[in-house]
Amino acid sequence: MPKEEKHPRRGPGAHKIVEKPKNFKVAIKKLILNLKAFWGLIIVAFVLAGVASILTLMAPNKLSNLTDEITKGLSFDTKALKDISEQIANRDFKEEVRVFVSMLFKEDFKEENIARILTSQDFSEEDKRRFQSFLLEVEKNSYDGIDEVSSQIKNAFFKDVEYQGILISKTDKLEFLSLLEKDFLSLGKLPDSIQRSLFKDIVYDKEVISSQDQITFLIALEKMGNNEDTETKLKAIDELPTSIYDIIKPKIDFDAVKSIVLVIAFLYGINALFGFVEGLIMVHVANNYSRKVRNSISKKINKLPLSYFDTNTIGDVLSRVTNDVDTVSQEMNHSFTTLVSALALFLGSLIMMFYTNYLMAITAVVSSLVGFVFMFGILGKSQKYFIARQKELGNINGHIEEIFSGHNVVKLYNGEDMANETFDALNEKVYECERKSQFLSGLMHPFMSFIGNFGYVCVCIVGALLTLKGTISFGVIVAFMLYIRLFTNPLTQLAQAMTSMQSVAAASERVFEFLEQKEMEDETHKRMYLEPNKVKGEIVFSHVSFGYTKDKMIIKDFNAHVMPGQKIAIVGPTGAGKTTLVNLLMRFYEIDDGDIQIDGVSIKDLTRDNIHKLFIMVLQDTWLFNGTIRDNIVYNKENVTDEEIKKVCDVVGVLHYIKTLPKGLDSEIKDVSSISAGQKQLLTIARGMIEDAPFLILDEATSNVDTRTEELVQKAMDKLTTGRTSFIIAHRLSTIKNSDLILVMNEGNIIEMGNHEDLMRQNGFYANLYNSQFESFKEE
Amino acid sequence: MINLLKKLGKKEWGFIFVCLLFIVFQVWLDLKLPDYMSVITQLVETEGSHMSEILKNGGLMLLCAFGSLLSAVIVGFIASKVAATFSKTIRKEVFHKVESFSLKEVKKFSTSSLITRATNDVTQVQMLLAMGLQLLIKAPIMAVWAVTKILNKGWQWSLLTALSVVFLLSVIIVLMLIVLPRFKRVQKLIDNINEITRENLTGIRVVRAFNAEKYQEDKFSVANNELTNNQLFNQRTMQVLSPTMNIVMYGLTLGIYFIGAYLLDAALMSEKITIFGNMVVFSSYAMQVVMSFVMLVMIFIMYPRAAVSAKRINEVLDEELTILDGEVSTKENSIEGSVEFKKVSFKYPDAESALLEDISFKIEKGQTLAIIGSTGSGKTTLIQLIPRLFDATSGEVLINGVNVKNYKLSYLHNLIGYVPQKAVMFSGSVGYNVSFGSSLKEVTEEKIKEAVRVAQGSDFVESMKDKYDAHIAQGGTNISGGQKQRLAIARAIAREPEIYVFDDSFSALDYRTDAVLRNELKKYTKNATSIIVAQRIGTIMNADKIIVLDNGKCVGMGTHEELLKNCEIYKEIALSQLSKEELENA
Repeated sequence: MPKEEKHPRRGPGAHKIVEKPKNFKVAIKKLILNLKAFWGLIIVAFVLAGVASILTLMAPNKLSNLTDEITKGLSFDTKALKDISEQIANRDFKEEVRVFVSMLFKEDFKEENIARILTSQDFSEEDKRRFQSFLLEVEKNSYDGIDEVSSQIKNAFFKDVEYQGILISKTDKLEFLSLLEKDFLSLGKLPDSIQRSLFKDIVYDKEVISSQDQITFLIALEKMGNNEDTETKLKAIDELPTSIYDIIKPKIDFDAVKSIVLVIAFLYGINALFGFVEGLIMVHVANNYSRKVRNSISKKINKLPLSYFDTNTIGDVLSRVTNDVDTVSQEMNHSFTTLVSALALFLGSLIMMFYTNYLMAITAVVSSLVGFVFMFGILGKSQKYFIARQKELGNINGHIEEIFSGHNVVKLYNGEDMANETFDALNEKVYECERKSQFLSGLMHPFMSFIGNFGYVCVCIVGALLTLKGTISFGVIVAFMLYIRLFTNPLTQLAQAMTSMQSVAAASERVFEFLEQKEMEDETHKRMYLEPNKVKGEIVFSHVSFGYTKDKMIIKDFNAHVMPGQKIAIVGPTGAGKTTLVNLLMRFYEIDDGDIQIDGVSIKDLTRDNIHKLFIMVLQDTWLFNGTIRDNIVYNKENVTDEEIKKVCDVVGVLHYIKTLPKGLDSEIKDVSSISAGQKQLLTIARGMIEDAPFLILDEATSNVDTRTEELVQKAMDKLTTGRTSFIIAHRLSTIKNSDLILVMNEGNIIEMGNHEDLMRQNGFYANLYNSQFESFKEE
Repeated sequence: MINLLKKLGKKEWGFIFVCLLFIVFQVWLDLKLPDYMSVITQLVETEGSHMSEILKNGGLMLLCAFGSLLSAVIVGFIASKVAATFSKTIRKEVFHKVESFSLKEVKKFSTSSLITRATNDVTQVQMLLAMGLQLLIKAPIMAVWAVTKILNKGWQWSLLTALSVVFLLSVIIVLMLIVLPRFKRVQKLIDNINEITRENLTGIRVVRAFNAEKYQEDKFSVANNELTNNQLFNQRTMQVLSPTMNIVMYGLTLGIYFIGAYLLDAALMSEKITIFGNMVVFSSYAMQVVMSFVMLVMIFIMYPRAAVSAKRINEVLDEELTILDGEVSTKENSIEGSVEFKKVSFKYPDAESALLEDISFKIEKGQTLAIIGSTGSGKTTLIQLIPRLFDATSGEVLINGVNVKNYKLSYLHNLIGYVPQKAVMFSGSVGYNVSFGSSLKEVTEEKIKEAVRVAQGSDFVESMKDKYDAHIAQGGTNISGGQKQRLAIARAIAREPEIYVFDDSFSALDYRTDAVLRNELKKYTKNATSIIVAQRIGTIMNADKIIVLDNGKCVGMGTHEELLKNCEIYKEIALSQLSKEELENA
C-alpha cells in the first residue's frame, strides 16, 4: 500500500501558506480558458460587482448631503432674529410711551374733568389738595404722585377708554401709571390691555408675534445684553417666546432628509442585492467548475498509462482532486469578484475624493499610504514566520507520528529519552515560530484601525482648517471619513485577493499539469476483436524487449510459446520484477521491441479493452472497495444473478462465511470487522471467477494469511486455473512444481526458464531458492 | 477546557492578568476615541472655534489611537507568548504522557487517535486560546462598556442598536444552524471523494483488467454531484451573511442619523450641538457594540470544537498508568538468559474470554523457543508479556528467576532484544536506526556494522549512497519491507541482549535470506536465548522447544519431531506448507 498522505484541512482561523505558482500568467490564462462555459456568468458577476462598487461610492456624498441637511438643524436664523429685533426693539421707546400716555389720558386731564373733581362735594379737602399736587407734577411730566391720590378720586377721575379698538380699563391705566416710572423690566407686569396697545402684533414671515411675546423678547434681549458666551446666548434663545422661537429656530427640511435617506437606503439595498446575486453566481461558477474539474481528473486517472503512477504517488493525485480543486474553487469564489470590486472601489474613491476636494484627498491618500507601507512590511515578515511555523509544525507532528507509531520499539529500546530530547528541541522551535507568527499577524487588525484613526484625524484637521476658511462644508468631512474607509479597505482586499490569485494559479497549475499528462494511445480505430469465448488460449512471446526506463532494459529478447491450458509460473525474490510480465501481457505497459501474440493476433492490434476481456486477474493486494460484498464480487459485470454469485462463493469456499453475516451478501465491507485477509483474498478470487475469461493471471499472496486459511485460498486458486491458460506469480515454490513453464526472475531479468526438473538439474538460482526453504538452524 | 487551563503556570497567569489590564486600557482608549471625535466634530461645527483647539484635540485623539495600538501590540505580544507557551506545555505533557503509556493504554486510545490528540487537538485548543485571550476578554468588556456609554444618550438610538444586534445575531445563528450540520456532511463527502479516488488509484490494475473505468467514473460522478450540491447549498446559504451584515451596519448608521434629525429638531437650542455630537459618536459606538457581539458569537461557535479537543487531551493526560516501574535494576543472581512462564493467563479488562490461558514453560540460556499457531491464537500476546508490554492477568512471568514486575522497566528492556512484527523505522540514518535508544553497553560504529552484517543487511546498506549514514525516511518508506526487517533485527543485535524475541520478524524475507540470517544469528548469539514467533515451519523446525498455540491455549509443546507425531494441529500446519516428502527429507 502506498504511503498514506495527509490532507490538512483548512479550519476556521487556520492560516494558509501562499504558494508561488511557477508561471502565474500561463496558469491564469489556462484557468480563464477552462472557464469558457462560465464566461457569461462571470461577466455578469463582474458587472454586478463593479456597479455595486460605484453605488457604494455614491453613498458618502449622499451621506454628506444628509449631514448637511441635519446640520441645518443646528444654527438658528440670525437674519430673522435681527429683523425681528429691529422691528421690536429699535425704536424711540420714550417718545412712543410719551405719546401713548398723552393719548391715553387725553380725556382725563381735560379742564372740565379736573374741575368736576375739584368742585365735587364727595371728596375731602385733604384728598382734593393731594390730587392738586399730583396734577402739578403731571404738568412736569411726572406721574409719581399717583400713589398719593385717594382711591375715591382715582376711581372718579379716570375713565375707561378705548384706544385703537382696545378697551383699557381705569384699573389698567392706574397700574400702568404706577409702573411707568419704574424699571424697564417691569414691562412684563403691564396690564394686558396696555401691552396690546403699546405693542401691536407684528407679522413676520406670515408668523404673528403677539405683544406679550414682543415684551418677553425685549426682556430677553435686555438680559442677553452684550454677553459673548455662546451657551448663555443659546439658553436665552431657548427662553424666547414661541412665536419668535418658531421663526428663528433651526429648521430641518424633513422632506429633504427623508428623500436622502430613501436614496441612501436604496443605494445600500441595491448594493447588498447585487452583492448577494454576484455571490450566488460566483458560488455557482466555482462549484460547477470544480465539479467539472474533479470529474475530468477522475476520467483522466483511467486514461493515463500506468507508468505515470511509477513516478507519482497516490497522495499526489489525491491532493489534486481534493485540496487543489478545493483551493481553486474557494479562492476563485472570493478573489475573482473581490479583485474587480476592490479595484473599482479603490480607483473610484480616489477619483471621488479628488473630485470632492483635492487638498483633503491628498491628506487622505498620504496619511493612509504611510500606514500601509508599515503594514505590508509586517505582513511580509509574518508570512515568513507562518511558513516557518508550518514547516516546524510539520516536523514535530511528523516526530509525534513516528514515535507514537513506533511506541513499542521506543519503549522496548529505552528510546524515551532520545525521543523526548528531539521532541523538546522541535517543540521549542515550534514555540518560537508560533509566537512570532501569531504576534505579527495579530498586529494586522490594530494597525488597520490605527491607520483609520490616523487618517481620520488628518482629514479632520485639514477639514477643520478648510471649514473655518469656509472652503468646504461639514458634510465634506463626513464624506471623507467614509471615503478614507472605502479607500483603505480595498487596498487590503487587493493585497489579499492577489495572494489568493497566487494560490489559485499554483493549484490550477498542478491540476492542469495532471490533466495535460500524455494519455494512452487512442484505440478507436482498431477493428480487430477477439471473442473471449472463442479464444483457444495460445500465447507467443517473440523477441520481447522492455524496460521501465529507456536506459535500462529489464527484459531482453524474451521468447516463449505458451500452449492453451498451460500453467506458467513466475518466481523470484521480492522486488525481482515478477509483475513486469503481467504488465506487458495486460498492455499496462507497451513493449519496446518484439511482439506478443494471442491466438496469432498481435496484442498491438487489439484494443486494451479487448485484451482485458480475455484475462481474469487476481492480484496480491486484496483490493476491495467500500460497498457490499455483492458489489465487490459482481463489480462492473451486469446481469449477474444471486445464484451465480452463490455458486462462485461456494466454489471458492467463502459462501459459508457470507451466510454467517447478518446481512449476507448485502453486508457492507467496512462494517464487517471480522473479515480476515484470507477471506478478502477469497472474495477477490470470486470476483475473478464471475468475470470468466480464457486467460488467468494470479498473483498469489499469502504472507499475511495464516496457514490454514492459506490452504483454502490455494484450493480456490487451483479451481480457477483449471481449463485456463494461467500465469501464476508464485511465492511458495511447492505449489508451482507442476507448472509447465517456470520463469525465474531476479533483479528485473528473466535469468532461468524451464520446468521444475530442468531447473533443479541446472542447479542454479532456482535450485538454490528451492533448497533454501528447508535450511534452518543447522550449523553449516 | 478549564482543566487544561490549569496547566498554565503562575507566570502565565501573571501574563494573562497583565494582558487583561492592557485590554481594559485599550478598550478605555478605544472608547475614549469617539469622545475626541465628537469634540473635534463640535469644534469644526461651531463657528469661531480656534484651530489650536482642534489641533489639541486631534493630537489627543491620535495619542489615544497610538496608545490603543501600543496596548494592542503589547497584548498581542503577551497573548501570543502565553498561547504558544500553553500549546508547548500541553504538547509536551501529552507527548511525555503517551511515552509512559504501556501497550494497554495505547490500544485503548489507538495510535492514530493519540497522534491526532497530540497534534490536531492541541492546535485546536491553542487557536481558541490565542483568539480567546484577545477576543474573549476584549469583546465582552467592549460590549458592556460601549453599551453603558451610549445607553443614556438617547433611548431611540439604543433601541435601534439593540434591534440591529438581535437581528444580526439571529441571522448568524439561523445560518449556522442550517449550515453547520451540512459542513460536517461535506467533510464526510470529501472523505468519500478521496476514498473513491484512492480506491481507483490503488486498484488501478484491477479497474483496467475488469474494464471497469466507466463504473468507477460513474461512482465518482455520483459522489462528486453529492458533494457539489451540498457545497452549493452551504455556500449559497452563507452568501446571505455578508450582504446582511452590510445592510445592518449601514442601515444602523443611516437609522441613527435619521432618528438624530428628529431628536435634533425637537431639542432645545442649547442642547442641539450636544445631540449632534452624540449622534456622530453614537454611530461609531454602535458599530463597536455590534462588532463585539458578532465576535462573541464567533467565539461561541469556535468554543465547542476546542472543548471537544480539550476533552480528548484531558483523557490522555488523566489516563492512569497500569504498568508501573519495579525496583530491581541490577543483577540479582547469576542466572542469565532464562525465561519462565508459570500458569500465565491474560485477558483484556473488558473482554469476555481470555487471550492466553494457563501457559507454563521454561527455557534456559542459549536455547531457542518457537511459538506457532494460526492468526489470533495469542502468539504475539504471549511474547508481549515478556518485556511487560502487558502484564499477565494471573500467573507469573520470570526472567532470570525474577518476576518481570519487579524489574525497573529500563533495566528489563535492556535484557531483551525485541523485534516486532512490523518493522519500525525512524527518520534518520541507518546508524541512528540501528543504535536507537539506550542500552547497557554503548553501541559503537563497529557494533552497528557487525549487527547489520549479521542481519544480512550489509549488501543493501553498502550499496546506498551514504552507506551507514544513508537517510531512512519516516516509516522507512524509501526501503523495502525486507530491508526494514533486516535493520530492525540489526537493531536488536546491536544491543547484545540476553534474550532475543522475534515476532514473526522474518516474514518479509525470502526463504534464502531467512535461512542465512538465522544461521548467522545463531553463530553470533551463541549464548543468547531466542524466542521466535513464526508462520513458516521451515523457520522453526530446529528450535529446542516449540509451543503450539490454539485459541490461547497451549495444545502442544516439544521438538519438531515430537510434535509431528503427537500434535494434530502442528501436523496440519506443517502439511499445509510442505509436502509429506519434503517434511521427511528435511
